[in-house]
Amino acid sequence: MQRIEDLTREELAAAVESYAKMVLARRFEEAAERAFRHGKIGGYLHVYSGQEAVAAGFLSVLRRDDIFFTAYRDHAHALLRGTPPGAVMAELYGKATGVAKGKGGSMHLFDASRGFYGGYGIVGGHIPLATGAAYTLRYLDTDRICLCFLGDGAMNSGSFHEPVNMAGLWGQDAMCPIVYIVENNQYAMGTSVSRSSAATNLASRFAAYAIEHERADGMDYFTVRRVASRVISQVRETGRPYALEVLTYRFAGHGAADLFQPYRNKEEVTQARTRDPITVLEDRLRAAGVLTDADVERIHSDAEQTVEGAVRFADESPEPAADELFKDVHGAWGTWPR
Amino acid sequence: MAEVTYRDALRSTLIEEMERDHAVVLMGEDIGVYQGTFRVTADLLQRFGPKRVIDTPISELGFIGAAVGMAMLGLRPVVEVMTWNFSLLAFDQIINNAAKIRYFSGGQVDLPVVIRGPNGAGVQLSAQHSQSLEATYAHFPGLLVAAPATPAEAKGLLRTAIRGNDPVVFLENAALYGMKGEVADGEFALPFGKAEVARPGTDVTVVAYSRMVHLALAAAGQLAGDGINAEVINLRTLRPLDTQTIIASVTKTHRAVVVQEQWKPFGAAAEIAARIYEEAFDELDAPVERVTGADVPMPYARNLELLAVPHEGDIVKAVKKTLYRT
Ligand SMILES: Cc1ncc(C[n+]2csc(CCOP(=O)(O)OP(=O)(O)O)c2C)c(N)n1
Ligand SMILES: [Mg+2]
Repeated sequence: MQRIEDLTREELAAAVESYAKMVLARRFEEAAERAFRHGKIGGYLHVYSGQEAVAAGFLSVLRRDDIFFTAYRDHAHALLRGTPPGAVMAELYGKATGVAKGKGGSMHLFDASRGFYGGYGIVGGHIPLATGAAYTLRYLDTDRICLCFLGDGAMNSGSFHEPVNMAGLWGQDAMCPIVYIVENNQYAMGTSVSRSSAATNLASRFAAYAIEHERADGMDYFTVRRVASRVISQVRETGRPYALEVLTYRFAGHGAADLFQPYRNKEEVTQARTRDPITVLEDRLRAAGVLTDADVERIHSDAEQTVEGAVRFADESPEPAADELFKDVHGAWGTWPR
Repeated sequence: MAEVTYRDALRSTLIEEMERDHAVVLMGEDIGVYQGTFRVTADLLQRFGPKRVIDTPISELGFIGAAVGMAMLGLRPVVEVMTWNFSLLAFDQIINNAAKIRYFSGGQVDLPVVIRGPNGAGVQLSAQHSQSLEATYAHFPGLLVAAPATPAEAKGLLRTAIRGNDPVVFLENAALYGMKGEVADGEFALPFGKAEVARPGTDVTVVAYSRMVHLALAAAGQLAGDGINAEVINLRTLRPLDTQTIIASVTKTHRAVVVQEQWKPFGAAAEIAARIYEEAFDELDAPVERVTGADVPMPYARNLELLAVPHEGDIVKAVKKTLYRT
């Protein structure tokens, strides 16, 4: 565990900011679950509750012009990167004011203006995209980097192995500045890591592709942030890929439809909740003397207000116009050749 | 104007576009050191270096997906599939990513990625290496599908594909790589969605694309001997599909035959026939005929293979059927 006394004043200030964003993300997910139950949100809904320290740790050190990709459990990633909560909620509501004009929904949040190149619904399918994107950043002679968040379940798909091998190769020529972040929340729907992966140390699998890798505690924000900060600088410097397996836990069901969770028992969840990443961070910030009761109260009520505002915005926003149906299928032809 | 092969038309277009735009990169299996399975990329590694001519492992899913990611970030990758049969390993990337990201992101990114390689039957390549996948890909909104029949079209359509902003399924044909034809100089390009009347005629419309255009033209020559004047339409692209040219022709001839190499059920010819029925039913003097491959996996034995693909004679027969002649 990262020792609190080793932290700089800036790190502590950044941590308070991250704490506020993590609280916001949690409140947002709770509101989304309520809205789903009330039929305001359709389709699938996968919430991030329990895993906030992972995205918060990484995105808090990601540079403004860097980019990232993730899967469908993507609301918190957008919020933590600064996408307005109203635009995220409106997307979940299928409204015209959503980040993707209501055409993507919960699984396909997307905010290219902030370097967020999408949430993806086919498990593992975004890993090749992120890998090619990372190559491009170097090809264009920039020092930007790419983060690729993925689940423990995604590691067993071919979509993982093929591009990751290519990343290992491209890294030899300093052409693949990517960090693969395996968010090991112990389950892929109802299948635990030990039932799906012959080797359960998922980080070690990157050895097969000559990619440096390590494991980290994903429930402790400071640990994630320190590792993220070091690894991101290294990747920016070397142009070589790096992989992290971050151990975390999903408090809610896999998706809104996962009501009975026959694959795990209540005690396991209760036990995991004793290390809620938000409480862990809160306790440490209090201990460091940078967070008071009053701060906590204010942060929580601000978060509630922001989420209420987002819900109201989504509720009151118009549906996409019917003529949106046929828009965005193809791009402009530009000037060539017609 | 110069006389060049279909292969050289493709290759020179790649060179021209790479010289013009640094964003154009090539990727695929054995396109560099090995010089390309069909030598379309011969010498390009030497010219442009390994950052722009990227030899990949045998990872169709991996490199086609990576190309899509490159396109999202502003490159214009042209990916070679050794043959389209192998694209099936990358089907998810093409269908679930390339074809849909623009839409589900609400139009936030362009996807200028071209996937090219030979499609269709070769000679005795048997079941796994002889498939025609045009209808499969043309089914999906978000993709564009081109199938050039001549060197000029290879050049003109490839240039348009590279300079456009959408994913393009670019279907070449192994039997055509050596074919020679006149190709205009300079930045010659052909629009997508504009068919060519390859042979004007009055009695029947024969619709074809890719290699089948040449069969259709040969059949038309033979039919002329019987006093039948066939109009041959070369589609050039299947998505977008130039129904206007097809309908205008059928309105004139009142009869239509559609030719494809692929299997009959749910194929391109079925779609084209349906469009004719929908838009020109009253113009027809006979049902639309389809000339297609046999509905079986491709056999190896040469005699069986020949029975499984369409021939000139099949088109002649189909045309005569629409004219109620034998
Ligand atoms: C290719 C594919 N197969 C199956 C599914 C159905 N599915 C959706 S999420 C999921 C589990 C993925 O688990 P993991 O990668 O660990 O991510 P997590 O849900 O834990 O965040 C499955 C099987 C899918 N979306 N895509
Ligand atoms: Mg998981």
